[in-house]
Amino acid sequence: MLTNRRKDAWIAAVLVAPFLAIYLLVFVWPTIQMFGISFTNAPLIGSGDWVGTENYERLASDPRFRTAAWNTAYFVILTVLPGTVVALLIALGVARLKGRLQSGILALFFLPYILPVSVVYLIWDWVLNFQFGILMHVLDLFGMDRIPIMKTREWFMPAVGVVTIWWTAGFSILLFLAGLRSIPPEIYEAAALDNAGRWTTFRRITWPLLWPVTSLVFTIQLIAQLKIFDQVYLFSQGGRPNDNMVLVYYVFQRAFQQDQGGRAAAVAVTLFVLVVVVSVLQFQLLRMAGGRK
Amino acid sequence: MTTTSLQRMNFWGGVITVLTVLLALLWAFPLYWGVISSLKPENEVVRPYIELWPENPTFSHYYTAIFDTQIVTWYINSIAVAVGVTVITIVTSMLSGYALSQLQFPGRKALWWLILASFMVPTQALIINHFVLIAQLGLINTWAGIMLPQLIHPVIIIVYKQFFDQVPKDFREAAVMDNAGEFRILFKVYLPMNWGVTTALSIVTFIWTWNAFLWPFLSVTRTEMMTVPVGITQVNDAFGVFYARQLAAAVLAGLPVALAYLLFQRKVTEAITLSAGIKG
Repeated sequence: MLTNRRKDAWIAAVLVAPFLAIYLLVFVWPTIQMFGISFTNAPLIGSGDWVGTENYERLASDPRFRTAAWNTAYFVILTVLPGTVVALLIALGVARLKGRLQSGILALFFLPYILPVSVVYLIWDWVLNFQFGILMHVLDLFGMDRIPIMKTREWFMPAVGVVTIWWTAGFSILLFLAGLRSIPPEIYEAAALDNAGRWTTFRRITWPLLWPVTSLVFTIQLIAQLKIFDQVYLFSQGGRPNDNMVLVYYVFQRAFQQDQGGRAAAVAVTLFVLVVVVSVLQFQLLRMAGGRK
Repeated sequence: MTTTSLQRMNFWGGVITVLTVLLALLWAFPLYWGVISSLKPENEVVRPYIELWPENPTFSHYYTAIFDTQIVTWYINSIAVAVGVTVITIVTSMLSGYALSQLQFPGRKALWWLILASFMVPTQALIINHFVLIAQLGLINTWAGIMLPQLIHPVIIIVYKQFFDQVPKDFREAAVMDNAGEFRILFKVYLPMNWGVTTALSIVTFIWTWNAFLWPFLSVTRTEMMTVPVGITQVNDAFGVFYARQLAAAVLAGLPVALAYLLFQRKVTEAITLSAGIKG
């Protein structure tokens, strides 16, 4: 038995080694380094001097950091709850369909999610094009003024929010559908026998039974949207990135455009802590949801 | 249930169905519009009214995109990187998933915590030190440099562990009786029983890697080393302000993943729900 154990340990070491080597190199080591350089004035490449907590103290009075934090929060508000509601409504509609029609309709909603962000950007950049975009033709039809949407500060975040919901809703719809399918049909049959209306059935059966999936979708989106960068960067090209600044963009700008690795790392650590805290909360939430069953 | 209430229910049910179908068509319209615009000659694209079907359909923009830009090179880069990341991720995750599921060894708990931790950490926060690392290794502008930081997919280990956990113990005991070693058990028993999930996970890992933007964008400075999604947005002079040509490039960039999804719809949706922590 003892020799077996030892043999097991050796085999496990061999099996786990490649994974462990990769994670130590590209996960553990960079994470430690990130905390380390956030206390220095290092450039992107090369070492710097220890400056204590100066980089963090500067964030408090840094207007661009404030813009980035505010825009990130604003983007979360614009996308997370609306995205969850839109996905739930669509999933309820799709769940009613049967067979080939259902998979076809689901594919139409899901296709955007499978595309690279730059394809999404090019398509919407074309749809919203100020001169030739189809949306501008539609505005013309209704006698409304054309808007240079991605070049207007007030419109930028809401528009990126809409594009993001369009792009990612397919994922949430899929999770909702999986949740809806796991509700036993007998419950609905019983409700129908009791003459329960559509709304009552939803409120008393679907909604409570779907709650674990709803909270999952909500938190997955929350975490994803805190990390927004790609869409904001792409749509800001040729525009005003400093007005549209978000947290990851700020890390990118400080590190890669202004060569201030230390100051960028302080922003990265802030984001890191934020996302980890939310993720831990999500993890606890899921455990609770799992324990309730 | 009375007939009238049943009829009312069917009526509203029909309305919801029609609305869902209409919304789906509207949802997919930007995709349709992108594809259709890429098939129009440039002078049709800029017409001041809506033209839902090209008057003179043409593939010329695809021809230009393929032969007058570096998109073929970007394709090769994207395929190399996506295949590399997929193979390495699937193999290393499968091996560790098996160890976690079937073997008792010291450090097992710690390993599990490492996986959970990497699950929560935003890789976007690590871009600075990923860049430093890749630069120190001299891998900027190389396939290996684009691949390395993209190998963090803890969810795949978790899914493998779950599936290996579900294999009935009898199979393992029978194999052990036959004096089969762990590697034989893994490759002759556990892996063949889980080919379905292996292909599903491989397809989505390929799609995720193909679609990646931030890291390929940061780790490449030379145009000939770019991946497709980065190249089509970062090399503007490649397409100029020719909208249709740019859209043709976009269609070419989305084609592999869209096809992968349409061909393997079941597998893709299965893997995505699994990766979100839901058993399909």
